[in-house]
Amino acid sequence: MASTTTHDTATARAAARREKARRAPAKWLLAPAVIFLLVWMIVPLAMTGYYSFRNYNLMMPSITGWAGWTNYKILWSDPTFWSALGITLLIVMICLAVTVGLGLALALLFHRNFVGRGVARTLAVAPFFVMPVVTGLIWKNMLFHPAYGLLAWLFRTLGLEPIDWLAQFPLTSIVTMISWEWTPFAMLVLLTGLQSLPEDQLEAVRLDGANKWHEFRHIVIPHLGQVLYVVVMLESIFFLTSFAEIYTTTSGGPGTATTNLPYYIFQGTFVQYDIGVSSAAAIGAVILANIFAIFLIRFVAGNLNAGEAR
Amino acid sequence: MAVVALKNVGKQYPGAAGLAVEDFNLTTHDGEFIVLVGPSGCGKTTTMRMIAGLEEHTQGTIEIGGRDVTGVVPKDRDIAMVFQSYALYPHMSVRDNMAFSLKLKKYARADIKQRVEEAAEVLGITPLLDRKPRALSGGQRQRVALGRAIVRQPQVFLMDEPLSNLDAKLRVDMRAEIIKLHRKLGVTTFYVTHDQTEAMTMGQRIAVMKDGVVQQIDSPNNLYQQPANVFVGGFIGTPAMNFLDAAVENGTATGSGFSLVLDAARRDAAGTRERLHVGIRPEHLHLAGNEADGQSLRGEVEVVEPLGALTMIQVRVGDTKVTAQIEPHQQVAMGDAVALTCAADKLYLFDADSEDTLMGIDSGVADQPAA
Repeated sequence: MASTTTHDTATARAAARREKARRAPAKWLLAPAVIFLLVWMIVPLAMTGYYSFRNYNLMMPSITGWAGWTNYKILWSDPTFWSALGITLLIVMICLAVTVGLGLALALLFHRNFVGRGVARTLAVAPFFVMPVVTGLIWKNMLFHPAYGLLAWLFRTLGLEPIDWLAQFPLTSIVTMISWEWTPFAMLVLLTGLQSLPEDQLEAVRLDGANKWHEFRHIVIPHLGQVLYVVVMLESIFFLTSFAEIYTTTSGGPGTATTNLPYYIFQGTFVQYDIGVSSAAAIGAVILANIFAIFLIRFVAGNLNAGEAR
Repeated sequence: MAVVALKNVGKQYPGAAGLAVEDFNLTTHDGEFIVLVGPSGCGKTTTMRMIAGLEEHTQGTIEIGGRDVTGVVPKDRDIAMVFQSYALYPHMSVRDNMAFSLKLKKYARADIKQRVEEAAEVLGITPLLDRKPRALSGGQRQRVALGRAIVRQPQVFLMDEPLSNLDAKLRVDMRAEIIKLHRKLGVTTFYVTHDQTEAMTMGQRIAVMKDGVVQQIDSPNNLYQQPANVFVGGFIGTPAMNFLDAAVENGTATGSGFSLVLDAARRDAAGTRERLHVGIRPEHLHLAGNEADGQSLRGEVEVVEPLGALTMIQVRVGDTKVTAQIEPHQQVAMGDAVALTCAADKLYLFDADSEDTLMGIDSGVADQPAA
């Protein structure tokens, strides 16, 4: 018995060695991708980190050298930074709720058969293909504008006072634009999720005595679970970096009402020319994004493992 | 437990030219095991789905336990179905899969637990109750799917090719288990399969379908001995029945390469017909010895398939390939010229035009009681 065991471990070890040798070239083949990532991501990140500890303000070129934690302290005591952080999270949360909610509703709608579904689907997806800058301009000039906007016309037609949306409800307007752009994405992904739901599971649950709500609650939602998670995570990361819509419409205003973290960093760099403090803020943004990313990566990795086990 | 009655049931799909199922008539006995069998696309699954209510029948009536279920939604028909793909709920444990329908019906928790555990006990899946379906083998999933059906204690079981995703050995085991289960529970069961072996071994009565039309509904032995027509004769039995086009003259059916003397009963059945289809099952063909009974099929051996317990040979008789089952000790090689013979009372006769049966065989095996 003992001899067979040692024999087994020896074979196992030899197998492991062979496996390692077999995989060696793979490491070299991976190298270009790894090097690319390094140059593309790690170097800029390291430079940002470096600048965040430097005195580096283009308006005061004479002051240079190490700043220690000064840049971070300035940031910490800047109420605009904290409001920017709050606004960033607010945009993420509200946009997520709206895009996922609306996206799911639309996906369920477009999953049904009706005349003209193909055309309707294409039209529904269209906003996703509009560039963020263009989105901002369309909404600002064609929809929200208090004089020429479609909404202003609608209000006047109804005998109401037109609203200057971007001035009076700036954050709502920004959230509306971002949601308009991203709802199609959520819809598209959820729709593919719905289409991969096996018909016989729905039939089984119908025979088991389920009504429409049970079907949705116990079969459709669990089936969409993974897809929903991916949508939420991807969208969070995109919403965290919302910039173009804000830049082209409110420019972070009125005041700082729509200044989110990316816009705050932009202003610090290209309006105040304080590269040191902006770098520190950027590091803050990186940390925030990573908190989301960790969940995403962990989930995707978990899914891959589950897929293998299947 | 209930009697299911299908009366002139038909299904017309919107936009389709013909009927998917045509004029289906069948009244089960209480607790009967009915098998629907036929080649793919024959309407057997559609028929089952109409009983389940997953498809609306467009003609006739379906009654379950004396109640007309036309327009009744599936969940109110008191039926349980086992799907070909099992359709287990992937995110639920085995226990929850089985308990789901009871939970929806708001059974007491203790009651649910007891029923699920009883069903698990019957199927031998008690140790698996807390696993997810993806952690189960095909056979185990199959059992869970059966379990999900039996916890509901429905009036009727519907099984849609439940064994077709299993490997051959497991299929034979599960076949026996389903029969045992049916005997134990005594629930009226409809079972769809394309596998005639499954049909013959499991069904108390078998409905053979082709192109949406029922060809014959009968016990396995009757299907074998008295098939209604050429299709049923060819479909039931493996290897399939051999068919020969024959001309009848002076009580002898002849064709290229063969000559078969008809006995008195067969002469009567043939009547004045000059042409016939003659059917001979491979197991009724033997290598001819010296006996001179007038039955002979001559040809060249094309294929020899030794199966151990017996040997199958394919012989080209005239233009027709004839399969015969011979004893393994009988040495036959490819290319040999052989003569085959068949007892006169083992000939099936079919009308050449309508392909309906004129005469079957009587092997003397007592028929199973139909219930």
